[in-house]
Parts: sequence; C-alpha cells; structure tokens
Amino acid sequence: MTAVSASAAAPPLRRDSERGLLGGVCAGFARRLGVDPIVVRALFVIAAVAGGIGIPAYGLAWALIPAENGERLTLPARSSWQVASGIGLLALAALLLMREWGLWFSDAITWPVVLAAAGGALVWRQSVAAAPPRSAGGLRIPADAAGRALLGTGLVVGAGLVFLWLNGALAAAKDVLLAVVVVLVAGGLVLAPWWLRLVRGLTAERAERIRSQERAEVAAHLHDSVLQTLALMQKRVEDPREVASLARRQERELRAWLNGRRESGADSFGRRLEAAAAEVEEDHGVPVDVVAVGDTRLDARAEALVAAAREAMVNAAKFAGDGPVSVYAEAEGERVAVYVRDRGPGFDPAAVPPDRRGLRESIVGRMERHGGRAAVQSAPGEGTEVELVMER
Amino acid sequence: MSPPAVFIVDDHALFRAGVRAELDGLVDVRGDAATVEEAVREIVATEPDVVLLDVQMPGGGGVEVIRQVALRRPAQKFLALSVSDAPEDVIAVIRAGARGYVTKTISGPELADAVHRVADGDAVFSPRLAGFVLDAFSGYTPAEVDPQLDQLTAREREVLRHIARGYLYKEVAQRLGISAKTVEAHVSAVLRKLQLSSRHELSRWAAERRLVD
Repeated sequence: MTAVSASAAAPPLRRDSERGLLGGVCAGFARRLGVDPIVVRALFVIAAVAGGIGIPAYGLAWALIPAENGERLTLPARSSWQVASGIGLLALAALLLMREWGLWFSDAITWPVVLAAAGGALVWRQSVAAAPPRSAGGLRIPADAAGRALLGTGLVVGAGLVFLWLNGALAAAKDVLLAVVVVLVAGGLVLAPWWLRLVRGLTAERAERIRSQERAEVAAHLHDSVLQTLALMQKRVEDPREVASLARRQERELRAWLNGRRESGADSFGRRLEAAAAEVEEDHGVPVDVVAVGDTRLDARAEALVAAAREAMVNAAKFAGDGPVSVYAEAEGERVAVYVRDRGPGFDPAAVPPDRRGLRESIVGRMERHGGRAAVQSAPGEGTEVELVMER
Repeated sequence: MSPPAVFIVDDHALFRAGVRAELDGLVDVRGDAATVEEAVREIVATEPDVVLLDVQMPGGGGVEVIRQVALRRPAQKFLALSVSDAPEDVIAVIRAGARGYVTKTISGPELADAVHRVADGDAVFSPRLAGFVLDAFSGYTPAEVDPQLDQLTAREREVLRHIARGYLYKEVAQRLGISAKTVEAHVSAVLRKLQLSSRHELSRWAAERRLVD
C-alpha cells in the first residue's frame, strides 16, 4: 500500500500499524479521515479522561478493525505479555484516578464494561488474527492462542457476572434465568466470530489444498509423460517413423488420462481390444485406429476374440506398409464382431500355403475352437480385411 | 470447376500455418482467424465455400462460430477439424450444423478431398464419427419417437458400418453394389437425422459415454 494510492481514493478503514503508536487505531482513523493522527489521538485521550469511554472504545476498535499489513503489534512482540500487563496497570491507574476525581458513572457499570471490553478485545483480536490452521492434521489451535482466548472468555463471562452481582441480580433466585441468558449471550458473542473464522479458514484451506494437489498431480504427470516423450523425440529426429510412433503413443496415453481412464485395468472387451491395438502399434510402428461400438464383459470367448484380433492386427501391421490399420469392433446383443483392415498390397487367400501358421492357427483356428468364425477377404492391390465374429 | 474457397479457424497459429501449407494448391485458402469474433467477421466478409473449424477454442468454440455465422450466412458450410475425439464435442458441433468431422491427423490430400465433398453439399464422416453415430442410434428406441428422424434404416447402418471399418465412400459403394451418389445420399440422410433428431438420448449418450469411457 503506497501513500499515493491511499490519498487518491478514500482508503478503507484499516489500522495503520506502521505509523501507529499502540495498535494503529488513531493513525488508521486519521488516514481514513485525512487529518493528522495527533488530532484523533487527542480526541481519544479526552474521551478516556472524560468518563473512561475512550479506553474500551480503543480496545474495541483495535479488536474490530483489521490491520493494514496483516496483524502486527507495533510494540516488540518478545515482551508482549509484560507490555500488556503494563498497559493494563496504566489503564487501571487512570481509571482509579478518574474515580477519585469524580469523572465517573458508577461502579456497577464501569467495572463490568472495562472487564468485558478487555476480554472481548482479547478474544475478537484473537479470532480475527488467527491464521487458518495450516497443518495437514486439520483443526489445531496453538497453545498460547488458546490460553489467550480462554483468558478473554473468562474476562467477558466475569464481567457479566460482576455486572449481575453489582446490580443485585444474582441474589434473587428468580433472576437466575436472566443470569443464565446473559452468560449464554456473552458466550455466544465470544465464540461466534472465532468459530466463523475457523470454519471459513478450514473451507478455504481445504479448497486450496485440493487445488494444489491437483496442480502437482498434473505437473507430475506431464513431466513423466509428455516432457519425457518430447525429449526423446528431439533425440530421434533422424528417424521419422520412430518419432511418429512416439507421438502416437503419447497422444493415446494423454487422451486416456484426460478422459479420466488413468491406468485402470483393462476389464472390458473394448478396453482389452484397445490395449492390444496399442501394443501392436508400439511393436510395429504402424498406426492402429480402433473404433468401437458398444462393449461387453470380458469372458473366455471375448478374450479369445481379442487374441485373434491382435494376431490379425500384427499381420496387418507387418504387411500393410506405413498405412494405418483400421479396427472396427461391434458388440450388440449376443453378437460381437471385429474387423481388422489394412490398405497393404493384399494377397490371394487361396494361394496362401497351408503351413502359414499365423493366419490359420492363431486366427481361424482360435476362433473356431471358441465357437466363432473368421473370414479373410483380400485381393492383390486392394488390401486385406479379417472379419472375426463370435456369437454368444 | 474452380477449387473451393476455404477459411481456416483455429486458435493455434502453428496449426493454421500447417493446414495452409498442406492445402496449398489443392483449394483456395481465403484467410484464417484465431478467435470467434474475428472468425465471424471475416467469414461474413470473405464468403468462403467451406469453413474449416476448430472445435475447442476460447470464447465458445466452433459451436459459437457456427451459431453466429448462421444468423448472417445461413447457407455457410462448416467442416469440423479437431484433436478432440470426445463424443460430446463431436455431437455438439455436428448438431450445431457442421457438415462433417475429421481429426487433425488427417493427411493434406484427404483433407482437401473432404473439403471438396463438403463444398459439393455432401457430408464427411470419419470412421470414428461413424462409430459414434452407430453407438448413439443403437439400442432401445422409445415408442414415441419419430422413426423418420430417430432411427437409422438398415441400409444407413450398413453404410456407416463400412465407413467405421475404414472403407472410403467409393469402396463402400462397390461393396454394397450401389452408386457412390447413393452412399453420399445415405450419409447426408444420417447427418440430417443427427442434426434434427429430438432423440434426447443423443446428448445423454454423449455425456454418459464421456463418463464411462
């Protein structure tokens, strides 16, 4: 906060702990009103002398008006207890002096008000200043803060009791109810702001913690995956096929991550098929595009279908050249079908020697053993399509 | 026939330059834009045949561009071009009025071919889009739906299946023993159903798939 911006527009009412003498209350008022702090201080002194109103007023203002630059006592913090007791004694002396001079309302009002103001100031100050608990353990209040809060609470409750006692209310049994009500109200007054602050602080802190955890997770993931891959790609610039394969692998992984799939196990037919396609793509450096319609649970027959499809993809990747391999899977009702298609040179199925195990054993044989069927369509120059069908 | 005039909308400068270079000589690139606002202004000013449209952009994305241009140039044709293959993005941009959807990994000549087809008034379905549509229109059909709009015919399904399997239009035509024009008519009909169907499952389907997938 600079002096320029402070004078440009009316600044919000803040205690000015930089220029203040005690709590910065007078300096804060002075800046807000645009007058010299000495004027406000003089007014407070007059108010303090004339009936003692100035002292509790100052205490309240200290407690209620937030500090400019965070909470900071202008007095050296090390001896704050000594200073506090000194201030207390001085205030007491001033009060006694005023009582002696007759600048006084009555004992029954002034003492409770002074006590309550002191206690209230302590508690409110405490709750306003209390930083939301930072520890991961959640709600934990520093011991000295708790002590001060307890003392403040005691003072306020004591003030209420003194007030009642001086007015003769405690003596009358029928006024017990009144006493209880006064004590409860005082207690509520004391605890409400603190509790409010605590709840707000906790909520804000939890949200912040979740946010920062997410940020850290995203950063960690990007670092482990994308940045590593980019570095790898820069090293392999002379091998475009390898670079393309790296880029595709990274793309697939990032998509899966963005879709929230993370690395959950391949537990359905569709996922297992996509995983198989990814493996083939990585092993052979040929893009394998999977389009799946519907999905089904992964039983032994679906497993066999995925295995046969994987074999078909390997074949396609081997013979397709650089062109993409298209995989289309369709699971509707009792029928599951997979089509694996490449745009390679194609071949004449009738001319394939019977000892070519890949096609015959791994694909056709496997499908038939599990009650499915496989068909291969190919012609020279038109690519190849393997059709795998499993009826349940 | 002169090459179609194309306008490119994408918020990545690098990508715009790449598409321009790939399409150079194949189509007539009229201009490009990086933001929704600039795109709407320039498209209305330059009157291209086809707008190549990125789906995900700040300020409403491709859907917003389509919506705003449609107010002033209702006949403008759009082809969505995106890295996203999330179903809800695809369905949203098609339902907004795009004539097709291709992914950014498409090669230059294929993209030019797609632009020509959209310029001719046809629809462009990538295998993935065909898969989405089959998925979206499959399963249970409520009794009160309009069968004209809310169901695919057996033939349309068959055409989409072949596209999903990676066949080009002319290959589909050959395999099904119909003309390429008939295939295009089927695909256009599917596109119309996709855009006009009140089948509320469409949006729900996209949303669910996003969660499940």
